[in-house]
Amino acid sequence: MTISIDPQKTNNESLQPKGWLRYLSFSLDHKVIGIQYLVCGFVFYLIGGTLASAIRIELASPMSDFMPRDVYNQVLTLHGTIMIFLWIVPVVNGAFGNYLIPFYVGARDMAFPRLNAVAFWLIPPSGLMLVASYFVEGAAQAGWTAYPPLSITTPQSGQIIWILSVLLLGGSSIFGGINFIATIIKLRRPGLKLMQLPMYCWAMLGTSLLVVLSTPVLAGTLILLSFDIIANTGFFNPVLGGNVVVYQHLFWFYSHPAVYIMVLPAFGLVSEILPVHARKPLFGYTTMVFSIMGIVVLGLVVWAHHMFTSGTPPWMRLFFTIATAFIAVPTGIKFFNWVATLWGGKISINSAMLFSCGFIINFVFGGITGVALAQVPFDIHVHDTYFVVAHFHYIVYGGTVFIIFSSIYHWFPKVTGKMLNEKLGILHFIITFIGFNLCFAPQHWLGLNGMPRRVAEYDPQFQFVNQISSLGALLMAVSTIPFLINVFLSVRNGKDAGDNPWNALTPEWLTSSPPPVENWEGEAPLVEEPYGYGKEISEQK
Amino acid sequence: MLNKNIYLILIISLVFAISFWIGFNVNLLPAEASINAPIYDELFKILFIIGLIIFIGITIAVIYSLFKFRKRNDQIGDGIALEGNLSLEIVWTIIPSIIVLLIGLYSYNIYDRMGGMKELNHNHEMMSSNTEKIWAGISQTPDNEKAINNLSIEVSAMQFAFLFNYPKGNFISGELHVPVDQKVSMKMESKDVIHAFWVPEFRIKQDIIPGQPTILNFTPTKVGKYPIICAELCGPYHGGMRASIIVEEESDYNEWFNKNKKPEVNL
Repeated sequence: MTISIDPQKTNNESLQPKGWLRYLSFSLDHKVIGIQYLVCGFVFYLIGGTLASAIRIELASPMSDFMPRDVYNQVLTLHGTIMIFLWIVPVVNGAFGNYLIPFYVGARDMAFPRLNAVAFWLIPPSGLMLVASYFVEGAAQAGWTAYPPLSITTPQSGQIIWILSVLLLGGSSIFGGINFIATIIKLRRPGLKLMQLPMYCWAMLGTSLLVVLSTPVLAGTLILLSFDIIANTGFFNPVLGGNVVVYQHLFWFYSHPAVYIMVLPAFGLVSEILPVHARKPLFGYTTMVFSIMGIVVLGLVVWAHHMFTSGTPPWMRLFFTIATAFIAVPTGIKFFNWVATLWGGKISINSAMLFSCGFIINFVFGGITGVALAQVPFDIHVHDTYFVVAHFHYIVYGGTVFIIFSSIYHWFPKVTGKMLNEKLGILHFIITFIGFNLCFAPQHWLGLNGMPRRVAEYDPQFQFVNQISSLGALLMAVSTIPFLINVFLSVRNGKDAGDNPWNALTPEWLTSSPPPVENWEGEAPLVEEPYGYGKEISEQK
Repeated sequence: MLNKNIYLILIISLVFAISFWIGFNVNLLPAEASINAPIYDELFKILFIIGLIIFIGITIAVIYSLFKFRKRNDQIGDGIALEGNLSLEIVWTIIPSIIVLLIGLYSYNIYDRMGGMKELNHNHEMMSSNTEKIWAGISQTPDNEKAINNLSIEVSAMQFAFLFNYPKGNFISGELHVPVDQKVSMKMESKDVIHAFWVPEFRIKQDIIPGQPTILNFTPTKVGKYPIICAELCGPYHGGMRASIIVEEESDYNEWFNKNKKPEVNL
């Protein structure tokens, strides 16, 4: 079998736009597509963040007084959907995956460059469609989980547009997943063994397997749901004999692995960042690989822990408790290994390192509440409360979003050839870290004491704690200002980075910054020890 | 070397001491007003302490590394080329596995004491048919069969209210009245979308599902008025879907019950 790894040659190169216009074109260059994913994702992050601010403004007072109640439900639905499907999943998978994986395997592009471009270009229209549905008849308002019968009885156009949009985004995700698997397995440079790959490749391999195995289930479920809405079928409609709990099983069969689709790539990215700035090899490479694969396998059999208060029989509750709690073991291994990577290093305290360490602390906290939530008797009290809201924001924001920022500080010099300003970066970290913890830590108490999630009004005794949380959200919103200023100033006037400002050993740094279209001028280098810090290969540099 | 170990032991014991102190002295939970609540709070305390030990331990390790191993200005070169330590990695695989397993067994025990593993049945004369499928819920030991029969309540939820039907008295109430220290058995069903029945002071929650009855049994232990909160997004007024449960002395309850009681209508 021959695989063309050289799409730019076959494409008429003179027709491709040059300069920044490339980023608006149907480019086949994996580096361009990666940046397209990142910038597009960030725009949606700002939209989703605006919606989050609206939620926190509404919750600053116990009455429903900031926006109409149905609009509030639309806002929380769009906030969840945008942050998951248009920000975190495309960025940790699509953006960094596309930019880095071909470098890591020593290829000049992804296995299927056109599929890659198609996968990206599905995102902006479906995202716009989702946001625009607000102006049609109101956006979807059944939450990002879209549980029937609520999703069947709320205004139809918004829900149908939501389903179409998520289907397109799911399709994009599957295309991306297939592409990553093919690239990692088939496009490795001759001589490069699987166990020599940088950890992010393993994370993306595991993630892509989850994407390919579970996303089609979501697609099928949503298609059945849309039949229930527009064709009056009765798959999930109890009035017609349907079963609402079956939907929940099918939905969470995708949506729990989706959590790992959001955090496993972050685990991979932090494994690239920590060794570089700690000047030490990644601790326990082999156990890291096995723990990723362990998380993939276990991640597929834990979905019903989202349904402990739905209609599930006792034995099922027990099985999913044990399975869920055991995910803490491979996850714990990774965290101990990262701390051990820091131990005895020569650590540069910079923005990338600080965001990574913030990630470790936040994620451990979220992981601990996660083990608690896995216990059925514990979950029965706090399920569907602000405790759960706090828990998963510790995972997806305190975890993954911190790593997205860490990665931006780490790879910005690679992409642009300029350094980001460190002072602004550290300011960004401090405001984000304080704001995030101020916003979400108090929500654990709210949930334990009786505040359910997804409410526009609440018991006035919770007002003070909610206002602290809203203050934290304000800080989080403010924290994007130094970041944006930093990026815009540094792209133009940043300090020159040179080709390898961090003296890193992973293959993407062994070419010019920014890299040429073909990634390397000559043959791709064979990197057998991507984490060989403290050894001869590192001393030579 | 000996010195170092002493410091390590000191720090670890300090972390344990702080965690236990916080675990026993900081109360994050609302009042305990049912048999389930103290059982739940016992589990919470254990998980809270274990969680604190792990969280404080890892946070100290990270912050200590950042200070101790930070790169000084005059330093060049790399850290030590340590690629792993198999025995250490085995240790931190096995210890968390044991902790997780113990937590799992312990929470199974808690769940069993709450009545979670009991056969679900609802002792109700009017509607118990063998073919009816009961899907879920918490059922406590039937220690007081007679009381159960008297305190069978049918809950129906709809956008955006709870209705409590007392079949024995042939009346429907918007407020749930129950006598203290007696087991209450509820059969719940929704008329439209999914709702949930949650009383934070009782530490119980169960979804109320259209088309599938669910069961919830509980025994209140403290006289008072507590909120009943809908915990499943059910539409625009979800936040306002609340009711009250009034736990009262048996005599007060009987008075209320007899006042509302309606004669049976024979058709």
